Amino acid sequence: MKVLILIGNVPDTNTKVKFNADRTAFDTAGVQWIINPWDELALTRALEVKEAQAGAIESITVANVGRVETEATLRKALAIGADKAFRIDADPADAYTVAAQLAPHCKEYDIIFAGVEASDYNGNAVGPMLAELLDIPSIAGVSGFNVENGKAVFTREIDGGSQTVTAPVPVMAIVQKGIAKEPRIPAMRGIMMARTKPLQVIPPQAVDARMKYAGFDLPPAKAACKKFTEEQARELIHALRDEAKAL
Amino acid sequence: MSVIAYIPNQEGIIKKAGFELASFAAALAEKMGLQAKAVVLGPMADEEMKKLGQYGIAKVMHDANESFGLLDNRATAKALATAAAEASVVVLAHNNEGKGVAPRLALRLQAGYVSAISGLPSSVEPFVVNKVVFTGKAIGHASINTDKKVVTLSFNSFGLHEKAVDATIEAFNSGCSASDFALSVQQTQKVTGKVLLSEAEIVVSGGRGMKSPDNWGAIEELANLLGAATACSRPVSDEGWRPHGEHVGQTGKIIAPNLYFAFGISGAIQHLGGVSGSKVIVAVNKDPEAPIFEAADYGIVGDALKVLPEFIEAVKELKKSH
Ligand SMILES: Cc1cc2nc3c(=O)[nH]c(=O)nc-3n(C[C@H](O)[C@H](O)[C@H](O)COP(=O)(O)OP(=O)(O)OC[C@H]3O[C@@H](n4cnc5c(N)ncnc54)[C@H](O)[C@@H]3O)c2cc1C
Ligand SMILES: Nc1ncnc2c1ncn2[C@@H]1O[C@H](COP(=O)(O)O)[C@@H](O)[C@H]1O
Repeated sequence: MKVLILIGNVPDTNTKVKFNADRTAFDTAGVQWIINPWDELALTRALEVKEAQAGAIESITVANVGRVETEATLRKALAIGADKAFRIDADPADAYTVAAQLAPHCKEYDIIFAGVEASDYNGNAVGPMLAELLDIPSIAGVSGFNVENGKAVFTREIDGGSQTVTAPVPVMAIVQKGIAKEPRIPAMRGIMMARTKPLQVIPPQAVDARMKYAGFDLPPAKAACKKFTEEQARELIHALRDEAKAL
Repeated sequence: MSVIAYIPNQEGIIKKAGFELASFAAALAEKMGLQAKAVVLGPMADEEMKKLGQYGIAKVMHDANESFGLLDNRATAKALATAAAEASVVVLAHNNEGKGVAPRLALRLQAGYVSAISGLPSSVEPFVVNKVVFTGKAIGHASINTDKKVVTLSFNSFGLHEKAVDATIEAFNSGCSASDFALSVQQTQKVTGKVLLSEAEIVVSGGRGMKSPDNWGAIEELANLLGAATACSRPVSDEGWRPHGEHVGQTGKIIAPNLYFAFGISGAIQHLGGVSGSKVIVAVNKDPEAPIFEAADYGIVGDALKVLPEFIEAVKELKKSH
């Protein structure tokens, strides 16, 4: 099976978020960029399955829609163990743009993994949109993946439980927590090999965005925390009922 | 023209999230001068669907095909596109099904899509909605520039608003047949007898400061007394002290209950990303400098293992005095 993993290029999770003066755009100055955490876990799981079962997975490709700055992130995915990469040279203006740029280049893959959300704009959109453009089924909330007797088997989380699900390929899996435990860290050998692995740059098509951000705000400052001592613990519970009306 | 709410169908039952969606659709329809409708897919009794009328839904469109229980996102999106042919806005729950279906539906309707919105649009023309971005670190004002719009609504962000009308139930043919359902479910594991984290109004959570899984009895007892769900920080689930489903934060579940208790949780930015939407946060931590106190409304600088029994006794007393 041929596997494709979509790679979002996002600010490190410890980034202090700042905007430009009129608060219409994220200020990228000094930001460290990483592979979106879900995508890193999906890649880790695909590699685990590829190594554990000879022949189950023929190749792992990683893909990003972004400008040349995102290549370091794709190289990291190659260093972790992906076989090849492609980048579509467009600004990821919105999820629709990203999905529409990707669609013509995703037809040969059997299983496509996307993260549930990118940790920048928390869009929750690219994976299912791409699946719709390709007219293939998609499985949401995927927390486990395996290949059994040549068939893709997924675990997914649903309201109030979890399920084991199979689907014919091609299929899109939208991954969340559980798919792999810890992301794999590139080893020295991987970093060396990544330099010579193919990273194809594909020119974009003309696509119009369907949503945009008119502006941003930082969350309203919270009122100072009301402190109680250990001895006043019971009073705190009374305050939750009488003052905060939360009980 | 209408605003349509897609109501999650949990084995024929509508839960709070469904009524919240109905309330939201009714309020949005009023704001836009449109009709509020709901769609239910899969088997459900008429009396259950009628309940949506209490929250302002005038018409429920129902396709009882039981294959929708497979939660095949492609088929559900197709069905909703049929139902929403003349809709202006479609609103779905921000649960896994909604997250999987809504973007697909948006493409079918050539609509713009925004996930996890936190309330009514601040402007209808242009259509601007607020949502949390950068995992809780900022709020984005998302503007949709297409005729039709699809959104998912964050759970517990709008609340229930009663507005009794008589709901008529109308069978509709979504156009989905057996060949539209590609997924097959091999096995289902249900969590029973517990308050679900994603639906809980109160959540009691513990971090590494709880020291050992053996100390979770007090967290469970407090949660039971309050009708709350239990949660934990990531290291706690990584170490196997608690099940993975309880992990909240950027890489776990994102929750927004009315009340969140954090015992022995430092309040790392990745943890806060998953809980900062909570209306009231109570923190108990030994370290007065712990970042959790910046997010908390009420706090005790002290030992969680000593405070928990006090909280338990105080809640028992409150219950007795009722
Ligand atoms: C990419 C990424 C994603 C992440 N995602 C998440 C996520 O989704 N959720 C998450 O939770 N974390 C996440 N983390 C981890 C996060 O950075 C923190 O490491 C984690 O939240 C710390 O958990 P903790 O507060 O339980 O433990 P610690 O940081 O060890 O804090 C324990 C706290 O308990 C206090 N304490 C000790 N003893 C007591 C006592 N007896 N009584 C009261 N207080 C006591 C201490 O003062 C301390 O503040 C992520 C990290 C990364 C890099
Ligand atoms: N620019 C991009 N290029 C490739 N994949 C992306 C891009 N943006 C998002 N994705 C994928 O879509 C997932 C969800 O992102 P989003 O819909 O933006 O929240 C991410 O986890 C990635 O797998």
